[in-house]
Amino acid sequence: MVTDTAVEHAGAHDAHEEALGFWRRYVFSTDHKTIGIQYAITGLLFLLFGFTLMMLMRWQLAYPGRALPILGKLFGEARMPGGTMLPEFYNQLGAMHGTIMVFLGVVPLAVGGFGNFVLPLQIGAPDMAFPRINMASYWSYFVGGCVMLASFFAPGGAAQSGWTSYAPLSDIATAGQTWWLFGMVFLITSSLLGSINFIVTTLQLRAPGLGFFRLPFFVWAQLVTSFLLLLAFPPLEAAAFLQLMDRQAGTSFFLPSGLVVSGQVIAATGGGSPLLWQHLFWFLAHPEVYVLILPALGIVAEIVANNTRKPLFGYRSMVYAVVFLGFMSFVVWAHHMFITGMGTTMAAFFQTTTMIISIPSVVVLTCLIVSLWGGSIRFNTPMLFALGFLPMFGIGGLTGLPLGLSATDIHLHDTYYVIGHFHYVVAPGTIFALFAGVYYWFPKATGRAMSEALGKLHFWGSMVFMNVVFLPFFVMGLAGVSRRLYDGGASYAHAQHVLQWNQVSSIGAWCLALAQLPFIVNFFWSAFRGRRVGENPWEATTLEWAAPSPPPHGNFPRLPEAHRGPYEYSVPGSDRDYTPQWEPAGA
Amino acid sequence: MDIPYTVAVRPDTGLNNGKIAIWLFLASEVMLFGALFAAYVMLRVGSTSWPAGATYLNVSLATLNTVVLISSSVTMVLAWASLVRRDFSRFRLFLGVTILCGLVFLVIKYFEYSAKFHHGYLPRTNTFLAIYFTLTGLHGLHVIGGMTVNAWLWGPGSALWKTDPAHFTNRVENAGLFWHLVDLVWIFLFPVLYLL
Repeated sequence: MVTDTAVEHAGAHDAHEEALGFWRRYVFSTDHKTIGIQYAITGLLFLLFGFTLMMLMRWQLAYPGRALPILGKLFGEARMPGGTMLPEFYNQLGAMHGTIMVFLGVVPLAVGGFGNFVLPLQIGAPDMAFPRINMASYWSYFVGGCVMLASFFAPGGAAQSGWTSYAPLSDIATAGQTWWLFGMVFLITSSLLGSINFIVTTLQLRAPGLGFFRLPFFVWAQLVTSFLLLLAFPPLEAAAFLQLMDRQAGTSFFLPSGLVVSGQVIAATGGGSPLLWQHLFWFLAHPEVYVLILPALGIVAEIVANNTRKPLFGYRSMVYAVVFLGFMSFVVWAHHMFITGMGTTMAAFFQTTTMIISIPSVVVLTCLIVSLWGGSIRFNTPMLFALGFLPMFGIGGLTGLPLGLSATDIHLHDTYYVIGHFHYVVAPGTIFALFAGVYYWFPKATGRAMSEALGKLHFWGSMVFMNVVFLPFFVMGLAGVSRRLYDGGASYAHAQHVLQWNQVSSIGAWCLALAQLPFIVNFFWSAFRGRRVGENPWEATTLEWAAPSPPPHGNFPRLPEAHRGPYEYSVPGSDRDYTPQWEPAGA
Repeated sequence: MDIPYTVAVRPDTGLNNGKIAIWLFLASEVMLFGALFAAYVMLRVGSTSWPAGATYLNVSLATLNTVVLISSSVTMVLAWASLVRRDFSRFRLFLGVTILCGLVFLVIKYFEYSAKFHHGYLPRTNTFLAIYFTLTGLHGLHVIGGMTVNAWLWGPGSALWKTDPAHFTNRVENAGLFWHLVDLVWIFLFPVLYLL
């Protein structure tokens, strides 16, 4: 509904925006778009940093014990004496690779970045419901990230008990683990503030006419994700408090009686339960898996509908599936714990719920694949990444089934097979979707398009080398190679016939890094020199494309109104192949 | 730019933004304390012996504290109700009493804690005392948090009353909802730690 006062207000705000200084405008901004871009760029940098840690580890895995030429000297005697990596440093890299990729890279980019930038625009809102809380959310994340980075310089280095921080190992680890726990408290605070904001914004600030079944699928995905973050993170916070008590106050929440370390029974009261940590951790970390994947599905759904020029197949089924998936994700966590000795009754329950939760995932993926049927597909860069996502996520999902069954999990548990499985879900899965999203919404954020040629180079390089990196993991895992070996299995007889795959995977990882160069160049070059585009370059239907590119403070010069569902492409009888949500009927 | 529905309710949801936000926050708090209570159950079930609360703890002081905290919830509601009736001075009185009750609670808690330390009962003594100190310590932080918000609404934050009374009343209501949760958590903590 447009009124004269609304237009006057928008004008007044443009003037106001000019009045804001550099710091309030670009650094301590309360504008959801600026915060979204801050989140996205910080998240991308952390992705690059986490990937760099892994490239270092891949050297040690491919050539165990051999000095890393040139670069190896830079890390000092405490980490890589003479350029050869110490096991302690390898463990730090492993723990921090996982932590950074999940909590500082993918989630901030997928939820903090895309959620913040796109969600208010897609529902036709002027901003988030709580702009200052939104700013606090970003800065809490930023502090958490700094704490994590600083932990590398703590005495004894960063956390080294894996990203899962399993007790009792983490209870008796060096000071870096305490830094890790404090860092997590900041990250949990950040996601709490963010998720409340997302839910309230979605419920309250929808444009007139935008009922729940007219919301783009991306908004639904973010809404369910926010509920998962809101309800699943607090138990990890509780676990972090308990572990802090164990480490700082000498309690024994996670220390069993008679724990022996280096041949000595340690001085602790005991009586605690290492399994308790695993329960609390996975109660968060399984929903966290869906936090990683749901925004990606949302992004892919938008891009698939836009580039097939067809409505999504089964939009309602997808919405019901994603809500059901959200509920179910709270009752599957112990499928990560089949071989902990928790008992067959528990295992039977959790393998049943795990098989049930695979159904809505398959529903969503099937709807996306069937949506391609009969479409006149435009193979632009975002669509290529979205199309690449579908089979990669499919491989990741299907290879998860043997892990979800307690019998087959006995052989596969904690092997490279597990690593292969979840990397297919998150790396060529989610990260492809995130790249697709960057290419798709870049014109909205900057008013300029990214280069298609560099984008296609980026896609094909990434597609090939992602598989070179991760396919060998299935082979090694099926041969029984454990995931946490400092020498990549070189000292194990059963691993000898698959060791050569370590080198293939490592070379793949370094080539994958080269394949990202076109993206980095494209990102910065296009931001300043890219082709200028109008407000709706993809001829899309959802509300964010009604705003100018880039949208001003307050987003819409006239508040939009939704007149139809989100994916009215190729409507019979229409003279164009898209009918935007904001166009009145009969116009 | 003005965010819609900060004070007025949105017709189709029937709520304003702050009200939804505070309930979501309370839901996450329930998950936080729920996880700790679950940890308590798992530790207790897995232990070979578990002391009765009264072995270490002072039940009568805790009973007094329960009365103090429940009274503060009543005065919190009265403070909000005074604002609804547009009686600012009574609001100040009742919110002041609420803050004082919080203070009394913390002072009593301080005496309890120092008696434990005096006897050499520390978190590291056994698992019961470990969970006792963790749960009551975290609850104590929540009491301090709630008192801080209430003190702000009693003092500088109340300036909003003059410019936007409806908005201020909503803020007091939301602070009250949080205060009730703090109260409710104690009502679970008291029997679980002291009586069972």
